[in-house]
Amino acid sequence: MSDKQSLSTQKAGASGEPMATLRPPVDIFEDEAGITVIADLPGVSKEALNVKVDGDALTIEGDASIAAPADIEVRYSEVRTPRYRRSFTLSRELDAEKIEAHLRDGVLKLRIPKSDAARPKRIEIQTA
Amino acid sequence: MFGTLTTFPGGLFNDFDRLQRELDRLFVDSVSGPASIRAVARGSFPAVNVGVTPEAVEVYAFMPGVDPKSLDLSMQDGLLTLAGERTTEAPVDEAKGSVYQKERFSGPFKRVVSLSEDIDPDKIEARYENGVLHVRALKKAAVKPKQIEIK
Repeated sequence: MSDKQSLSTQKAGASGEPMATLRPPVDIFEDEAGITVIADLPGVSKEALNVKVDGDALTIEGDASIAAPADIEVRYSEVRTPRYRRSFTLSRELDAEKIEAHLRDGVLKLRIPKSDAARPKRIEIQTA
Repeated sequence: MFGTLTTFPGGLFNDFDRLQRELDRLFVDSVSGPASIRAVARGSFPAVNVGVTPEAVEVYAFMPGVDPKSLDLSMQDGLLTLAGERTTEAPVDEAKGSVYQKERFSGPFKRVVSLSEDIDPDKIEARYENGVLHVRALKKAAVKPKQIEIK
Protein backbone atom coordinates (compact mmCIF):
# COMPACT_ATOMS: atom_id res chain seq x y z
CA MET A 1 0.00 0.00 0.00
CA SER A 2 1.33 3.40 -0.85
CA ASP A 3 1.55 6.06 1.78
CA LYS A 4 -0.70 8.26 -0.35
CA GLN A 5 -3.50 5.87 0.44
CA SER A 6 -6.70 7.66 1.20
CA LEU A 7 -8.33 7.37 4.59
CA SER A 8 -11.65 7.41 2.88
CA THR A 9 -10.98 5.04 0.03
CA GLN A 10 -14.12 3.56 -1.36
CA LYS A 11 -13.48 1.07 -4.11
CA ALA A 12 -15.71 0.77 -7.12
CA GLY A 13 -17.73 -2.42 -7.08
CA ALA A 14 -16.55 -5.49 -8.95
CA SER A 15 -19.27 -4.86 -11.50
CA GLY A 16 -17.44 -1.69 -12.47
CA GLU A 17 -20.21 0.61 -11.31
CA PRO A 18 -19.14 4.23 -11.13
CA MET A 19 -17.63 5.40 -7.90
CA ALA A 20 -19.78 7.56 -5.67
CA THR A 21 -18.79 11.21 -5.68
CA LEU A 22 -19.15 14.06 -3.25
CA ARG A 23 -20.90 17.21 -4.34
CA PRO A 24 -18.63 20.06 -3.28
CA PRO A 25 -20.31 23.16 -1.83
CA VAL A 26 -20.04 26.22 -4.07
CA ASP A 27 -20.56 29.96 -4.01
CA ILE A 28 -21.60 31.51 -7.33
CA PHE A 29 -21.63 35.21 -8.06
CA GLU A 30 -22.28 37.23 -11.17
CA ASP A 31 -21.17 40.70 -12.06
CA GLU A 32 -21.24 42.66 -15.31
CA ALA A 33 -18.12 41.01 -16.68
CA GLY A 34 -18.73 37.40 -15.79
CA ILE A 35 -19.47 34.68 -13.29
CA THR A 36 -17.28 33.52 -10.41
CA VAL A 37 -17.60 29.99 -9.04
CA ILE A 38 -15.83 29.09 -5.79
CA ALA A 39 -15.78 25.44 -4.74
CA ASP A 40 -14.44 23.69 -1.64
CA LEU A 41 -12.25 20.75 -2.64
CA PRO A 42 -10.17 19.90 0.43
CA GLY A 43 -7.40 17.38 -0.20
CA VAL A 44 -7.30 17.98 -3.94
CA SER A 45 -3.95 18.99 -5.39
CA LYS A 46 -3.53 20.84 -8.67
CA GLU A 47 -2.53 17.60 -10.39
CA ALA A 48 -5.66 15.78 -9.21
CA LEU A 49 -8.06 18.50 -10.33
CA ASN A 50 -9.89 18.41 -13.63
CA VAL A 51 -12.03 21.29 -14.85
CA LYS A 52 -13.55 20.71 -18.26
CA VAL A 53 -16.08 22.22 -20.58
CA ASP A 54 -17.89 19.93 -23.00
CA GLY A 55 -20.44 21.75 -25.10
CA ASP A 56 -22.31 23.81 -22.56
CA ALA A 57 -21.49 21.54 -19.61
CA LEU A 58 -18.89 22.69 -17.12
CA THR A 59 -17.61 19.87 -14.91
CA ILE A 60 -15.38 20.12 -11.88
CA GLU A 61 -13.77 16.84 -10.79
CA GLY A 62 -11.07 16.20 -8.26
CA ASP A 63 -9.58 13.35 -6.29
CA ALA A 64 -8.70 13.99 -2.69
CA SER A 65 -5.60 12.32 -1.39
CA ILE A 66 -4.28 12.53 2.09
CA ALA A 67 -0.99 11.06 3.14
CA ALA A 68 -2.10 8.43 5.64
CA PRO A 69 0.26 5.82 7.06
CA ALA A 70 -0.19 2.39 5.48
CA ASP A 71 -1.05 0.69 8.79
CA ILE A 72 -3.82 3.09 9.71
CA GLU A 73 -7.06 1.77 11.08
CA VAL A 74 -10.01 4.08 10.56
CA ARG A 75 -11.71 5.06 13.79
CA TYR A 76 -14.43 7.06 12.12
CA SER A 77 -14.75 9.13 9.02
CA GLU A 78 -17.09 11.85 7.90
CA VAL A 79 -15.51 12.12 4.47
CA ARG A 80 -15.84 8.67 2.95
CA THR A 81 -15.67 9.41 -0.72
CA PRO A 82 -12.37 10.68 -2.03
CA ARG A 83 -13.79 12.05 -5.27
CA TYR A 84 -15.59 15.31 -5.85
CA ARG A 85 -17.72 16.02 -8.86
CA ARG A 86 -20.13 18.76 -9.82
CA SER A 87 -21.51 19.93 -13.16
CA PHE A 88 -23.19 23.09 -14.34
CA THR A 89 -24.83 24.14 -17.57
CA LEU A 90 -23.27 27.24 -19.02
CA SER A 91 -25.31 29.75 -20.90
CA ARG A 92 -24.54 31.15 -24.33
CA GLU A 93 -23.20 34.52 -23.30
CA LEU A 94 -20.36 33.00 -21.30
CA ASP A 95 -16.98 32.58 -22.95
CA ALA A 96 -15.85 29.05 -22.05
CA GLU A 97 -12.55 29.56 -23.88
CA LYS A 98 -11.44 32.13 -21.36
CA ILE A 99 -12.19 30.39 -18.08
CA GLU A 100 -9.50 30.98 -15.48
CA ALA A 101 -8.97 28.55 -12.62
CA HIS A 102 -7.01 29.03 -9.41
CA LEU A 103 -6.61 26.43 -6.68
CA ARG A 104 -5.32 27.37 -3.27
CA ASP A 105 -5.58 25.53 0.05
CA GLY A 106 -8.29 23.28 -1.33
CA VAL A 107 -10.43 26.13 -2.66
CA LEU A 108 -11.03 26.35 -6.40
CA LYS A 109 -11.91 29.70 -7.89
CA LEU A 110 -13.20 29.79 -11.45
CA ARG A 111 -13.75 32.97 -13.36
CA ILE A 112 -15.97 32.64 -16.42
CA PRO A 113 -16.00 35.88 -18.39
CA LYS A 114 -18.87 36.94 -20.56
CA SER A 115 -18.18 37.30 -24.24
CA ASP A 116 -17.67 40.93 -25.21
CA ALA A 117 -20.95 41.07 -27.12
CA ALA A 118 -22.85 39.94 -24.05
CA ARG A 119 -21.68 42.61 -21.63
CA PRO A 120 -24.41 45.01 -20.72
CA LYS A 121 -24.31 48.27 -22.60
CA ARG A 122 -25.59 51.44 -21.23
CA ILE A 123 -28.20 52.91 -23.46
CA GLU A 124 -27.92 56.59 -23.87
CA ILE A 125 -31.17 58.45 -23.46
CA GLN A 126 -31.49 61.38 -25.75
CA THR A 127 -33.29 64.43 -24.61
CA ALA A 128 -34.89 66.81 -26.99
CA MET B 1 -26.31 16.36 -10.77
CA PHE B 2 -26.66 19.30 -13.10
CA GLY B 3 -27.64 22.72 -11.88
CA THR B 4 -27.41 25.84 -13.89
CA LEU B 5 -24.98 28.47 -12.73
CA THR B 6 -27.80 30.88 -12.24
CA THR B 7 -30.25 29.14 -9.94
CA PHE B 8 -31.17 31.14 -6.91
CA PRO B 9 -30.76 29.54 -3.50
CA GLY B 10 -33.86 28.26 -1.83
CA GLY B 11 -35.42 27.00 -5.04
CA LEU B 12 -37.12 23.70 -5.64
CA PHE B 13 -33.86 21.90 -6.28
CA ASN B 14 -32.44 23.07 -3.02
CA ASP B 15 -35.42 21.48 -1.37
CA PHE B 16 -34.63 18.21 -3.10
CA ASP B 17 -31.06 18.56 -1.99
CA ARG B 18 -32.16 19.07 1.57
CA LEU B 19 -34.47 16.08 1.36
CA GLN B 20 -31.56 13.99 0.11
CA ARG B 21 -29.47 15.08 3.07
CA GLU B 22 -32.27 14.24 5.48
CA LEU B 23 -32.59 10.78 3.95
CA ASP B 24 -28.85 10.30 4.15
CA ARG B 25 -28.99 11.16 7.80
CA LEU B 26 -31.77 8.69 8.45
CA PHE B 27 -30.22 5.78 6.66
CA VAL B 28 -26.51 6.22 6.57
CA ASP B 29 -25.95 5.16 10.15
CA SER B 30 -27.00 1.60 9.45
CA VAL B 31 -24.02 1.15 7.15
CA SER B 32 -21.47 3.41 8.77
CA GLY B 33 -21.57 2.00 12.27
CA PRO B 34 -21.32 3.97 15.48
CA ALA B 35 -20.33 7.61 15.37
CA SER B 36 -18.31 9.56 17.87
CA ILE B 37 -20.42 11.04 20.65
CA ARG B 38 -18.96 14.39 19.62
CA ALA B 39 -19.85 13.93 15.97
CA VAL B 40 -21.80 16.81 14.50
CA ALA B 41 -24.48 17.07 11.84
CA ARG B 42 -23.53 16.15 8.31
CA GLY B 43 -22.23 19.07 6.39
CA SER B 44 -20.76 20.75 9.46
CA PHE B 45 -17.45 22.47 9.08
CA PRO B 46 -14.86 21.06 9.15
CA ALA B 47 -15.50 17.38 8.44
CA VAL B 48 -13.12 15.15 10.39
CA ASN B 49 -11.67 11.70 9.76
CA VAL B 50 -9.82 9.91 12.52
CA GLY B 51 -7.58 6.88 12.28
CA VAL B 52 -5.15 5.12 14.57
CA THR B 53 -1.83 3.40 14.04
CA PRO B 54 0.20 1.52 16.67
CA GLU B 55 2.21 4.72 17.33
CA ALA B 56 -0.22 7.57 16.92
CA VAL B 57 -3.71 8.91 16.43
CA GLU B 58 -4.13 10.66 13.10
CA VAL B 59 -6.77 13.34 12.67
CA TYR B 60 -7.64 14.84 9.30
CA ALA B 61 -9.82 17.93 9.30
CA PHE B 62 -11.14 19.04 5.92
CA MET B 63 -10.96 22.81 6.18
CA PRO B 64 -10.24 24.41 2.82
CA GLY B 65 -9.42 28.08 2.62
CA VAL B 66 -8.52 28.58 6.27
CA ASP B 67 -5.49 30.62 7.20
CA PRO B 68 -3.43 28.22 9.35
CA LYS B 69 -2.34 31.19 11.47
CA SER B 70 -5.92 31.77 12.53
CA LEU B 71 -6.27 28.22 13.82
CA ASP B 72 -6.31 27.47 17.50
CA LEU B 73 -5.37 23.88 18.31
CA SER B 74 -5.43 22.66 21.86
CA MET B 75 -5.26 19.38 23.68
CA GLN B 76 -6.66 18.62 27.11
CA ASP B 77 -7.65 15.36 28.78
CA GLY B 78 -7.37 13.45 25.52
CA LEU B 79 -9.63 15.92 23.73
CA LEU B 80 -8.30 17.76 20.73
CA THR B 81 -10.03 21.07 20.03
CA LEU B 82 -9.80 22.75 16.64
CA ALA B 83 -11.11 26.27 16.52
CA GLY B 84 -10.82 28.99 13.95
CA GLU B 85 -12.69 31.14 11.58
CA ARG B 86 -13.16 31.05 7.85
CA THR B 87 -13.99 34.17 5.99
CA THR B 88 -15.31 33.79 2.49
CA GLU B 89 -15.00 36.59 0.05
CA ALA B 90 -17.95 38.08 -1.74
CA PRO B 91 -16.38 39.10 -5.04
CA VAL B 92 -19.31 41.22 -6.12
CA ASP B 93 -21.03 44.06 -4.51
CA GLU B 94 -24.40 42.43 -3.93
CA ALA B 95 -26.22 45.57 -4.97
CA LYS B 96 -24.56 45.52 -8.40
CA GLY B 97 -24.28 41.81 -9.09
CA SER B 98 -26.18 38.66 -8.24
CA VAL B 99 -25.46 35.88 -5.80
CA TYR B 100 -26.82 32.52 -6.96
CA GLN B 101 -25.36 30.06 -4.51
CA LYS B 102 -23.88 30.46 -1.06
CA GLU B 103 -23.29 26.95 0.15
CA ARG B 104 -19.78 27.34 1.51
CA PHE B 105 -19.33 27.63 5.23
CA SER B 106 -18.42 31.04 6.54
CA GLY B 107 -17.75 32.14 10.10
CA PRO B 108 -16.20 30.78 13.29
CA PHE B 109 -16.02 27.03 13.88
CA LYS B 110 -14.99 24.66 16.63
CA ARG B 111 -14.71 20.90 16.68
CA VAL B 112 -13.72 18.63 19.51
CA VAL B 113 -12.25 15.24 18.72
CA SER B 114 -11.72 12.59 21.36
CA LEU B 115 -8.37 10.92 20.86
CA SER B 116 -9.08 8.62 23.80
CA GLU B 117 -5.64 7.05 23.78
CA ASP B 118 -2.89 8.05 26.14
CA ILE B 119 -1.46 10.86 24.13
CA ASP B 120 1.80 12.55 24.85
CA PRO B 121 0.71 16.22 24.75
CA ASP B 122 4.26 17.28 23.89
CA LYS B 123 4.30 15.12 20.79
CA ILE B 124 1.61 16.53 18.60
CA GLU B 125 2.40 17.71 15.10
CA ALA B 126 0.06 19.56 12.79
CA ARG B 127 0.40 20.23 9.10
CA TYR B 128 -1.90 22.06 6.70
CA GLU B 129 -1.83 20.99 3.07
CA ASN B 130 -4.33 21.40 0.21
CA GLY B 131 -6.96 22.52 2.68
CA VAL B 132 -6.62 19.50 4.97
CA LEU B 133 -5.25 19.86 8.49
CA HIS B 134 -3.45 16.71 9.56
CA VAL B 135 -2.77 16.33 13.28
CA ARG B 136 -0.58 13.47 14.38
CA ALA B 137 -0.67 12.82 18.12
CA LEU B 138 1.91 10.29 19.29
CA LYS B 139 0.92 7.83 21.98
CA LYS B 140 2.87 7.61 25.21
CA ALA B 141 5.50 4.92 25.08
CA ALA B 142 3.74 2.83 27.72
CA VAL B 143 0.57 2.37 25.68
CA LYS B 144 2.24 1.31 22.47
CA PRO B 145 1.57 -2.37 21.87
CA LYS B 146 4.55 -4.51 22.75
CA GLN B 147 5.38 -7.72 21.10
CA ILE B 148 5.77 -10.42 23.73
CA GLU B 149 8.30 -13.00 22.93
CA ILE B 150 7.28 -16.61 23.50
CA LYS B 151 10.05 -18.75 24.79
